[in-house]
Amino acid sequence: MSNSIPSSASYEPTGQRLPVKTGPLLELENLSTHYVSARGTRVVRAVDQVSLRINPGETLGIVGESGSGKSTLALTILRVLPPAARIVGGRMLFEGEDLVQKSDDEMRHIRGKRIAMILQDPMASLNPLFTIGDQVAEPMRVHEGVGRATAWQRARELLKSVRIPSPETRVTQYPHEMSGGMRQRIVGAIGISCEPRLLIADEPTTSLDLTIQAQYLNLLRELQRAHGLALIFITHNLGIVAKMCDQLAVMYAGRVVESGPVSRIFNAPAHPYTEALLSSIPRMGDSEQRLTAIEGQPPDLAALPPGCAFAPRCLRALERCRVEAPAEFTPDRGHTARCWLAASSAPSSVLLQSDMV
Amino acid sequence: MAVLEAAGLTKHFQARRGIFGGDRGVVRAVDGISFAIETGRTLGVVGESGCGKTTTAKLVLGLEDPTCGTIRFDGRDLQGLDTAGRRHYRKSVQAVFQDPYASLNPRMRVDAIIAEPLVTNESLSAAEARSRVLRLLDLVGLPARAADLFPHEFSGGQRQRIAIARALALSPKLIVLDEPVSALDVSIRAQILNLLRDLQAELGLSYLFIAHDLAAVAHMSHTIVVMYLGKIVESGDARTLARTPKHPYTEALFSAALPSHPDERREEVILSGEVPSPLNPPSGCRFHPRCPHAMPRCGEKEPLLTPVEGRFVACHLYDESERRAPIKIAAGAASVS
Repeated sequence: MSNSIPSSASYEPTGQRLPVKTGPLLELENLSTHYVSARGTRVVRAVDQVSLRINPGETLGIVGESGSGKSTLALTILRVLPPAARIVGGRMLFEGEDLVQKSDDEMRHIRGKRIAMILQDPMASLNPLFTIGDQVAEPMRVHEGVGRATAWQRARELLKSVRIPSPETRVTQYPHEMSGGMRQRIVGAIGISCEPRLLIADEPTTSLDLTIQAQYLNLLRELQRAHGLALIFITHNLGIVAKMCDQLAVMYAGRVVESGPVSRIFNAPAHPYTEALLSSIPRMGDSEQRLTAIEGQPPDLAALPPGCAFAPRCLRALERCRVEAPAEFTPDRGHTARCWLAASSAPSSVLLQSDMV
Repeated sequence: MAVLEAAGLTKHFQARRGIFGGDRGVVRAVDGISFAIETGRTLGVVGESGCGKTTTAKLVLGLEDPTCGTIRFDGRDLQGLDTAGRRHYRKSVQAVFQDPYASLNPRMRVDAIIAEPLVTNESLSAAEARSRVLRLLDLVGLPARAADLFPHEFSGGQRQRIAIARALALSPKLIVLDEPVSALDVSIRAQILNLLRDLQAELGLSYLFIAHDLAAVAHMSHTIVVMYLGKIVESGDARTLARTPKHPYTEALFSAALPSHPDERREEVILSGEVPSPLNPPSGCRFHPRCPHAMPRCGEKEPLLTPVEGRFVACHLYDESERRAPIKIAAGAASVS
């Protein structure tokens, strides 16, 4: 998978980094991001002790409902958190360097160059006052010091690679002259303009129509293969995960409740929440069957129940679940679950206890 | 029996070009569509943005008047109804919209929100209205104390339940569901879809269900209508249509739907290009510029809805001469005609 990583001249390492093949591209260790209210009285644990890893060229899907902390996790990785949010603990090793320790200035050189992001709303992520060419060329001019003419030439090539018809005329046009699908592809072109190693896509297709969504997902996959990109898909849509991802992390109330290879989790989910989510989606063609609904509501992150956050909605909750938060267990290799039920089947269960927060 | 029948339903909008008016175009939002909603059944409408599904919903709700064509409700033409008849129609057809954060007045208590249609349409005493509200809340699975709260005290799923209770207040026969679950969290969607199905079974309601999530539409509907640029391209039994789509557009649309399992492998039909502007739709079959099976004839003559294997399809691939040719071969045989 990693053999397609380009060693192109345009990609210049800024410091000593570990060679590509040794280990994961990004590794999160017990990462926690909390929002603290102005008087410090209310603490929202948006991201709580998250440990994840993604290898070069791999696709990781992060699934969760609104308020599960998945978008805060993305903002944490890029270090573009709102003022009220703090990274309160953990490490983010990106190519061996801890992003938590980086200065704002160092992050500016990483953001947009080595880690890029695509946001949900293409209209909001493009500036209506600048031409497409300016916006696609900007990261190359900022990060690589390329001259205007060269950057524009590369912008045209990039537009072509994301299948924008007649890129020569499109570069001089403005965002309002494009359709939604085209705008999203332009945002994609900006994302890959500096050949990042990691691309984070936060709900990149929710505003697109079905057939346009299919076009866009295929395009992302092609770009990924061509550039050896690692992709993180943040979504609430398990269908996107089924179609696009190798690895899956399921978030609930700020925690990763289950993670592992996509096919293993779909076939044998270890956490009751994942299991319930999977059986609550209607499947094409079985209209006779009643959907398995998850009763209740997701909890308030500022007032989490003691014990497992999912316990109040869990059909298989034990007495223990309501008092003690489960640690992360490993039902099998590369597959983790934060659930006491997984503890019994887990061969090794040595990980952090909840009270260490 | 059909509770609602639409025949040749058409809605054209005048489009203004520039601030001086000038050359005025016509947006053919809905262009001569016919469908029927059976009593106690669900008609699902699918299609991409600009296909006319929301305009269709507005026409059915009486929020827009058709340019031409008729809607018959309980066998009576809406056009010929007097004021009392119109009022009766409006009571019989209710709607639940996509965003329960926008469709409930934040300054009204739930009690007043649900009672409002009762107050404006029926002369009830306060006590009678209150007891109706409580019964409705119970029907949609909310506790009685919800009546005295404000919308902001509820989550998205509960708000949608309130919106459903309001729609049920006047005991309607038909409810238009315009993307009723797409604004809700994944774990809540199944609750609402189940509730809607239970209510249908219990009260014998008919639904017009509009959504972009094909699996949800296929799950909820008895019949599906597929629209493209204001036209119906295919219609028929929901399961038949979802399993074996016939029109190339339906085929592409269903193949673009996301899989429910990573091992699910389908043949992918990726369409090129985007939906053309309804201001200036392509000649002949409106889908032909994007169609992988397009023949010369498709750009000239508009295909009509004809019965094909238990459903209706508007496509030249299924014209009399081509009827027996399977779709894949027909594409290669484009030069025959």
